[in-house]
Amino acid sequence: MSSTFDTIANIIAETCDIPRDSITPESHAINDLGIDSLDFLDIAFAIDKAFGIKLPLEQWTQEVNDGKATTDQYFVLKNLAARIDELVAAKGA
Amino acid sequence: MRLEYFQLIDRVTDLNLSDRTIRTENTVPSASTVFEGHFPGYPLMPGVLLIETMAQTSGWLVVALNKFDRMPFLAAVKDAKFRTFVVPGMVLAVEAKLEHDGSGYAVTNAKITSAGKPICDATITLRVMPFPNDEIRQHMRAQAGRLGVPSEETAHG
Repeated sequence: MSSTFDTIANIIAETCDIPRDSITPESHAINDLGIDSLDFLDIAFAIDKAFGIKLPLEQWTQEVNDGKATTDQYFVLKNLAARIDELVAAKGA
Repeated sequence: MRLEYFQLIDRVTDLNLSDRTIRTENTVPSASTVFEGHFPGYPLMPGVLLIETMAQTSGWLVVALNKFDRMPFLAAVKDAKFRTFVVPGMVLAVEAKLEHDGSGYAVTNAKITSAGKPICDATITLRVMPFPNDEIRQHMRAQAGRLGVPSEETAHG
């Protein structure tokens, strides 16, 4: 069974045509991989479907805009994977 | 349909909030300046307007599901296929089903048929945002009345 990171890295590689081996847990989806907001909608759709969750993108965006969070917390892929794991765990609780 | 005003929906014939589906019916006008250029002597409904018709139908579904609190904007179109020419006077039946209700976006599958014959289909992604201003919200409310969008009380589901 692949890890959460592997799943999202594969989704990003396929959705955005980015070489899979250039995507690491430390990659920032926006700053390092150059993913824009429209492509991220496709990624979010694929993640939502793959994990059976609803990434709270609006809440995250609001937190970043309000200065309550940094983009690193949500868009560095190891952190994104951790957030997804939390959402999956909350769903099953 | 008033092509020049991008009013592509004539009426909502069914809205089912529990199934997350909508149907609209729309008649291609017999004359329009659009047909003067597309094409002279051979009028065809442009494919981009068929896309817009599916997007607007999908949009009304999203508006209704969000209880007129959010506004959808077209963000992406995938797998669009145009199977049959559409000419002036044709009646277009449009169906859309919500495939996914994301955070700040929605994805629908939409298709158009005419007299049971497939016309086109596509997967549509909409950004879903707060209304940018009250003028648009009031405009959408007024349009909903014109189109016969069922109120929350009379919509299925």
